[in-house]
Parts: sequence; structure tokens; C-alpha cells
Amino acid sequence: MYRSNVLVCGGTGCTSSNSELIISKLKEEIAVRGLDKEVNVIRTGCFGLCALGPIMIVYPEGSFYSRVTPEDVPEIVEEHLLKGRIVKRLLYQETIVDDNTIKSLNHTPFYEKQNRVALRNCGVINPECIDEYIAVDGYTALGKVLTEMTPEEVVDVVKASGLRGRGGAGFPTGLKWSFAAKNQADQKYVCCNADEGDPGAFMDRSVLEGDPHSVLEAMAIAGYAIGSSQGYIYVRAEYPIAVKRLQIAIDQAREYGLLGKNIFNTGFDFDIGLRLGAGAFVCGEETALMTSIEGKRGEPRPRPPFPAVKGLFQKPTILNNVETYANITQIILKGADWFASMGTEKSKGTKVFALGGKIKHTGLVEVPMGTTLREIVEEIGGGVPDGHTFKAAQTGGPSGGCIPASYLDIPIDYDNLLSIGAMMGSGGLIVMDDTTCMVDIAKFFLEFTVDESCGKCTPCRIGTRRLLEVLEKITSGNGAMEDLDRLEELCYYLKENSLCALGQTAPNPVLSTLRYFRDEYVAHVTEHRCPAGVCKALTNYFILEDKCRGCTLCARNCPVGAITGSVKVPHVIDTKKCIKCGACMEKCKFSAIIKK
Amino acid sequence: MKSLAELQAIRDRARSQVILRENNDNAIRVLVGMATCGIAAGARPVLNAMVEEVAKRGLANVTVTQTGCIGICQFEPVVEIVTPGQEKVTYVKMTPEKAVRVVNDHLVNGNVVTEYTIGANS
Ligand SMILES: Cc1cc2nc3c(=O)[nH]c(=O)nc-3n(C[C@H](O)[C@H](O)[C@H](O)COP(=O)(O)O)c2cc1C
Ligand code: SF4
Ligand code: FES
Repeated sequence: MYRSNVLVCGGTGCTSSNSELIISKLKEEIAVRGLDKEVNVIRTGCFGLCALGPIMIVYPEGSFYSRVTPEDVPEIVEEHLLKGRIVKRLLYQETIVDDNTIKSLNHTPFYEKQNRVALRNCGVINPECIDEYIAVDGYTALGKVLTEMTPEEVVDVVKASGLRGRGGAGFPTGLKWSFAAKNQADQKYVCCNADEGDPGAFMDRSVLEGDPHSVLEAMAIAGYAIGSSQGYIYVRAEYPIAVKRLQIAIDQAREYGLLGKNIFNTGFDFDIGLRLGAGAFVCGEETALMTSIEGKRGEPRPRPPFPAVKGLFQKPTILNNVETYANITQIILKGADWFASMGTEKSKGTKVFALGGKIKHTGLVEVPMGTTLREIVEEIGGGVPDGHTFKAAQTGGPSGGCIPASYLDIPIDYDNLLSIGAMMGSGGLIVMDDTTCMVDIAKFFLEFTVDESCGKCTPCRIGTRRLLEVLEKITSGNGAMEDLDRLEELCYYLKENSLCALGQTAPNPVLSTLRYFRDEYVAHVTEHRCPAGVCKALTNYFILEDKCRGCTLCARNCPVGAITGSVKVPHVIDTKKCIKCGACMEKCKFSAIIKK
Repeated sequence: MKSLAELQAIRDRARSQVILRENNDNAIRVLVGMATCGIAAGARPVLNAMVEEVAKRGLANVTVTQTGCIGICQFEPVVEIVTPGQEKVTYVKMTPEKAVRVVNDHLVNGNVVTEYTIGANS
């Protein structure tokens, strides 16, 4: 029996900032002091507050240490673990009140408004230990459905909960299961979409890294509900930690007989295989994903027939997203009414968002559907840093759109987002401030879709490239007003004529920025000006004469010698020579260099 | 896995470890003085005995933590029990055996073990 548990984040974010080394150092220091029988070191999944990583929590005190370095470890062990004195300088500032009392993490602004359902075990249990998952009621839901419920009852509970797919389109999960359940076949399949291709999104990765068993358990429940004995998880190879923990989890579940034959002695057989994707965005599309699992090139095919009729290997199949599955066991254990009590009328439950961009607390947050964007950005996310102002939030990745500041108070759910030209998508939420150029953002997403279009159908293959060309023309200062109309026309053509949703939604970033930030497009075209100062061709660097002290630092740092002037006399930049690298502006100590 | 009972057994075994990680603001807190003086006087075995016994009894509403020097070094090892809404009880010159009794009498049955308290020893 351990008296103390030290949880160190082993999510991708914290791992990349050295949490592995912290863990080994911690174990070493603990052993040196002979505390290894008393103190349990656990590597967990992501806690959510990735901006403050590497993160460590010490229980039972619940002390939340942030930005821990390997050098801090001896002090934590000596002071906290040996002598019981909390190391205040490393505590997350917001957990300290009036200097002497320490409140628990749940009462900080970042966590207070959250409601963790899909992420309930992330940062709490050891994802590589099935016993810990079982300790938090893991596999109880599977036991319950197998021994107490009929498959129809399982489908009905999921239906009644109102759960909609978290992979993007928001299709009702129970309905999807009922289609596949109805179709008779000698073999059916349950698939999990763990491809997560949206730039900026990492919620599925975090669930897989922090709580892989919850996905396995839910897939087995789905298998029972539709009459399938085989599942596949399609996960991208770029997620090595997730792949490793999934494999460990599958092995452990098989060893315990929670996957395999005759589970809970009920005659139900179910097993799961991992399939690695090579990280092509289109392979997240359901028909392409199944084609890829079949061992062929991952290209979409027309629907119908829908996967529930003819999916993987031409057999009835359901495909759900990781986060969708992560909700299932809780719905079974706590009931459909509990789940449906959270959220809005048509979007029930909670949603995980990956907060990124110009925001103080980048990380993962899970909030009830219907939470406003303002609550997420300002209260949970801590607002836009460095005195800048909020301009827009981009949701839904390359298939989504921008939400301008005027909609900050809109309750976020599937339908509200669609109505303003954005999309829930998988839940990437990128905050942009006044230094972001919206034409450039549209261009960024188009570059992504051009690269990722599979090329099977012409509208998408050629259309996205043409769209990008027009955007490039505008950002290089050669655009004309007719180009804006051409952009729109092309967008609608693509939407109507592409084979799969990649091509159909690719125009969304363009359409939504045109809708809310048309003035920025117009400024690029008519005034040859980039209001945010991002588009290189349209911005120039200048030195403000009254601020320049003639320190010569800028001239010495300019790689092309575009800056001239003598000591103690204001300098000037030759805009013809300038390559707009910004080195001078970064170095200037007197804010004398501006770009416009 | 052949039965729910088998699952339940694993769950019960693993539970006490995970329960430690819940933030429970209303819990009864057992504080063991673990500064240099406490450690020298043998506070560590006391702390461990406390943890073991609390886990064995499945007392979910009790957290056992260490604390710094309580300021009465001649009485170490010292254990304080803080129950929300009640006066703090301070046990002194503790041993692992005494710790077991405190868990059973005080934490389980609600009877303060007066003979181990600071009042009886000063
Ligand atoms: C181009 C494209 C990429 C997609 N990428 C993903 C993805 O990475 N993860 C995901 O879950 N769904 C993705 N989807 C949506 C899936 O096709 C599918 O709708 C979803 O996995 C179904 O699960 P759900 O009902 O649980 O949301 C993508 C769709 C398209 C068109
Ligand atoms: S729309 Fe694009 S990604 Fe989809 S099938 Fe056509 S070419 Fe491929
Ligand atoms: S990866 Fe450590 S907190 Fe997110």
C-alpha cells in the first residue's frame, strides 16, 4: 500500500518537454531515500493544461506542480515526499489563495467550468495498467450489457442518450448502431476512427494515450449491440505513444479475458486489431478508412451503399470516433437521462476542444455542449495574451470556418456552429488575434487540402488548386475585385461536385472568411495592404525616426545589409533590399521598427 | 474474465490506490508530522501503518498526509486528526501499534483514544 501517489503527465505535450526524464529522475531519487515502497510514481495521460507542462500532481495533498524540470526533482522528493512540505514555488499559481491555503485543482478557473466525461480518466489513472482502469469501474459497463441487457436495449439506451458522433458530422450514434444491427450477415465489424487528421486537434490522441481501455470497452459494447465479433482501430502511425498504449491495453484485456472468446462466460466473442495509417487526411473519411484497412489505397468511394449495409470487406460495419466511444461506458453506467441532462436541445453531453493559437492556456478542455465561446476563450482559456485582442476562432479545421468576435456569446453546439458557417468538426479550436491575417488563414487551410486531396475526382483535385492560386494572387498583391466573385463561384462548384466530404467542405474556410472578413480581402485587392501585417508581399518594414536611437543593433542583425545609418543617428531601411525576415524588429530595444 | 464477481474482486483490490487521487475537500485529515525531528523519532513507520490500516478498513473519507514540524518536538512522532467542524485531536509519542488502534477506535468508531493525546502526556 502506497501512502503517496505522484502522477506525472506522459501525454505527447509533456513528453516532448522532457517528462520521461522527470519520471526516471523521480524514481531514482525516491529509491535513494528508500521511499520506493511508500511512494508510487505513475505516468498518466494528458491533464489538459498542456501550456504549463511538464505537469506533476502529488496525492493525497493534490498539489499541482507545473513546468517541472528534472533539476526540480530532488527538491520535490526531499521536501514534499520525505518531509511533507509542499514546494510552493512550483505550484500552479492559481491554486494558491491568500498565500497560505491551497485549493484543489478542480476549483481553478481552468477546470471549474469543465465537465470531464470523455476525459474522466485522463491524468487520473495509469493507462498502462488495466487494474487501475478496473478500479474506476472499468469493464463494469461491458459486464452489465452482457449479463443484464439485450442488444436492442443497448442500442435504445445509446439512442435515448442523444449522443451524436464526435468525429465531425454529428450523426446520431444510436441510429447508426441500429442500422448495422438490423442488417443480417455472417460477419459484421466495429471500427474506431483514430486517424485525427485535423491540424490543431489532439483530443482523440489524448484519450488513447490517457485511457485506452475505455475505447476498447466501448467497442466491445458496440460489438454486442450490433452482433459483431471483430473490431479494428485505425490509428495514425504518427501517434507512437497512443499506438503503444493501445497495444498494451489490448494485450492486457485479452489476458484478462475481456477481449477474446466467451467474455464473462456469456458466449459473446469479441476481439480488436490495430491498423496503422500513414497519416493521410483523407483516410479519416469513413469509406477511405475502410478501404485502407482492407489493404488498398485509401480512397473514398461513393455512398450509398453506406457502411451499415456494406462497409469493411463488404460487410455491415459501424465506424465511430474515439471520443464518441469514450462516452459510451458512462452512458451505460449512468443512464441515458444523465447524459441527456447535459448540453443543448439537439446536442447532448459534453465536447472536448483542443484549444490552441493565441490563447493563454493552450490545452484540452471538456465542456457541456452549449457553453459559449466566450466562456471557453476568456474564462477557461485565460484570454488572448500579450495585450492583443480576439479576432476570431477557427473550429472544424479544414472543413470548418471562423467565428468572429460578434458571435462570442453563441452557445456552441452542432447546429449553431453550422448556422454561422463554421463547424464542430473534431473539436480543434484555434484562437486568432489582431495579428492574424484572415486571407492568409484561408490560404493555410487550402494549402493543406491541396496536399491532402486524394485526387480521385476532378472537382476536388483541380478545384482546390485553383482556389489556392486565386488566394495566392490576392495575398501577393495582384488580386482584382473579380477574383473575389470567382472564389465564391468556385467554392460552390466544389461543394456540389466533389465525391467526398473532403472536397465538399474544403471551401468552408474561404467562404467563412469572405463572409466575416471581406474587408480584409478588399484591403489586399484595392489598397495592396495586409491589415494584419502578415502577407509579406504587402508589408514593409520602417524605422520610426523619433524612436530610433541609432544603436546600430538592427543594421548589425540584418542578413542582407538593407539597413544603413551612423551611430546615434536614426537609421533607414531600404525596402527594395529588405527580405522582410523581421530580424531587425525582433532585436530593436526601442520599438522603433514597425511593419505596415 | 468469467464473472462479474471476478471483476469486482480486482476492482476492490485496486480501488484503494486510485481513491487516494480524488480531491475530497470534506475528508477527515490525518496529518503525520514528518519534519526532520519527526522522521528521527520514527514517524515514517507510523505514517505507513496509518495508510495501511485506513486502506484495510476501506475508509474512503479519510486522507492520510504528512505535514511539517508541528512544534512539539519532544512529543514526536505526532499525529493530528482534523475532522471538519470538530476540534483537532493531537496524538503524541505514536508507534505503529498505537496508530492501528487510533484508526480503529477514533476513525472507525468515533472514540478518541484519550490516553495517547497530548493532554494525557504533558
Ligand atoms: C476528409 C475527412 C477526414 C475525416 N477525418 C476524421 C478523423 O480524423 N477522425 C474522425 O473521427 N472522423 C473523421 N472524419 C469523419 C468520418 O468520416 C466519420 O464521419 C466519423 O469517423 C464517424 O464517427 P462518429 O459518428 O463517431 O463521428 C473525416 C471525414 C472526412 C470527410
Ligand atoms: S473530394 Fe477530393 S478527397 Fe474526396 S474523393 Fe474527390 S479528390 Fe478524393
Ligand atoms: S500533455 Fe501534459 S498536460 Fe497535456
